[in-house]
Amino acid sequence: MKYLCLIYSDEELLGALPRPEWDALVGEYLDYDEELRRSGHYITAEALQTVQTATVVRVRNGKLATADGPYAETREQLAGFFLIEARDLNEAIQVASRIPSARLGGVEVRPIMELEQLRGPHWSRTITQGD
Amino acid sequence: MTEAVTAQRARDVVDTVYRSESRRVLATLIRLLGDFDLAEEALHDAFTAAVERWPRDGVPGNPRAWLISAGRFKAIDGLRRRARFDASLGAIAERLDADPGEPAGLDEEGVADDRLRLIFTCCHPALAPEAQIALTLRTICGLTTEEIARAFLARPAALAQRIVRAKAKIRDARIPYEVPGLADLPDRLDVVLHVIYLVFNEGYSASSGESVTRHDLSTEAIRLGRLLVELLPEPEALGLLALMLLHEARRAGRTSPSGELVVLEDQDRSLWNREQIAEGLGLVQRAFSSRRIGPYTVQAAIAAAHAGAPRAAATDWAQIVGLYDVLARAEPSPVVELNRAVAVAMRDGPEAGLALVDDILGRGELEEYYLAHSARADLCRRLGRTAEARASYERALGLARQEPERRYLERRMVQLTEGRSDLKSD
Repeated sequence: MKYLCLIYSDEELLGALPRPEWDALVGEYLDYDEELRRSGHYITAEALQTVQTATVVRVRNGKLATADGPYAETREQLAGFFLIEARDLNEAIQVASRIPSARLGGVEVRPIMELEQLRGPHWSRTITQGD
Repeated sequence: MTEAVTAQRARDVVDTVYRSESRRVLATLIRLLGDFDLAEEALHDAFTAAVERWPRDGVPGNPRAWLISAGRFKAIDGLRRRARFDASLGAIAERLDADPGEPAGLDEEGVADDRLRLIFTCCHPALAPEAQIALTLRTICGLTTEEIARAFLARPAALAQRIVRAKAKIRDARIPYEVPGLADLPDRLDVVLHVIYLVFNEGYSASSGESVTRHDLSTEAIRLGRLLVELLPEPEALGLLALMLLHEARRAGRTSPSGELVVLEDQDRSLWNREQIAEGLGLVQRAFSSRRIGPYTVQAAIAAAHAGAPRAAATDWAQIVGLYDVLARAEPSPVVELNRAVAVAMRDGPEAGLALVDDILGRGELEEYYLAHSARADLCRRLGRTAEARASYERALGLARQEPERRYLERRMVQLTEGRSDLKSD
């Protein structure tokens, strides 16, 4: 099963890291990428540019509205992701817990919806379960 | 014997087997079918079949194995019928039919493993704490949604929704049905123990409402604690069961016949349940002899020190202060500090205790905790500082949510005016 590990961290905190610590963090990330490739968990992973470069696009009544992001006033921002293959949530949690940013911010683990779920009864059940 | 009598007896057997086996059968069906809802349906169908067949064909030699196999068969059959409308269910049915599960999985040990799997799955840390509690009470204890909602003063619809969501998360995020490996076991066991502890606490000292205790939840928590000790006798599991039993043993002494709160010091110790105390003390010893002593075991040892004192005045406060020191190191918290301060007051006098309580309150950590103000008020009263005592009782009264606790504080304030210190006469 595929899981997306969304990495959230405080950009200000990261920006304030002294150079050697930043380099060490990047080194750790590269090592972990390599480790996950070897263990077969790795599908893909990317780091994102700062949230100040983000743009939010919406289309309403056929009209395009483009705005400067971010649109939520949160302390932690989406900073990158790992897409992994794992047997189950426990294995995905194991993988996520060793992403270097888990120590600094948080990692949200989201199962990827399978095609059959998109078509099948699970999907309709999931989205009609509002309070 | 007439046929009617035989049939009646078979129905009685079904009832008895339901009470003793339904949770075990459910735990195994969840493993075999890989889905909570499917397993619950299958459990229901299996017992329906038993009600029909056992009176006619006789009670099978191994009712549990019969029920598991009937449940599994009914589930596969149901999936095949529904496959006419949803082809993906047919594939699931074929897969389940091809894999009957390890035959060894149906013996005593296999069934015990399934119950443990169920506990760890219901108490998975990826589920919200309220969902862990609701799912545990629903699936492991077999309480109805309405019963759980009543116990937690929640709306049944909201609680049902919580359970539905938790089961959906287990299925969709693929939370595995397994006992965690050795590396994860301590952390995962902590969550299980915490769920049981919360259920017990809600039963022992309901956070709001009219009654001081909600007996049913405490009973369920103790049953869960026993089950865990039976399946996984880790020291902290023993410690938690001991803690619950030693507190539960005092239940009859905690409320007066008119429903008023009686504090530990004033309780009639002859009302305490000796059997539960003896069992609790034995468990504390077992946990201590493991030499891996955790916070639940230390708390149980504190409760044991109280339970072992024939009169309040005979309490070994020095030992209790020592145990709180250990607890504060293992699990530092302002509430532990507060309890330690009260014990110090008993050992060294109210002045020493008050200094500690004021220090804790001065840091602002327990400002909203009524017991901190109530403890401060009691110490001031004992020191004859009536005005300060009154102010602290008032502050406590403004924070207490439970009626008997509020009435206790009100009585204390009245007695402050009358210059009395005992509360024994209601």
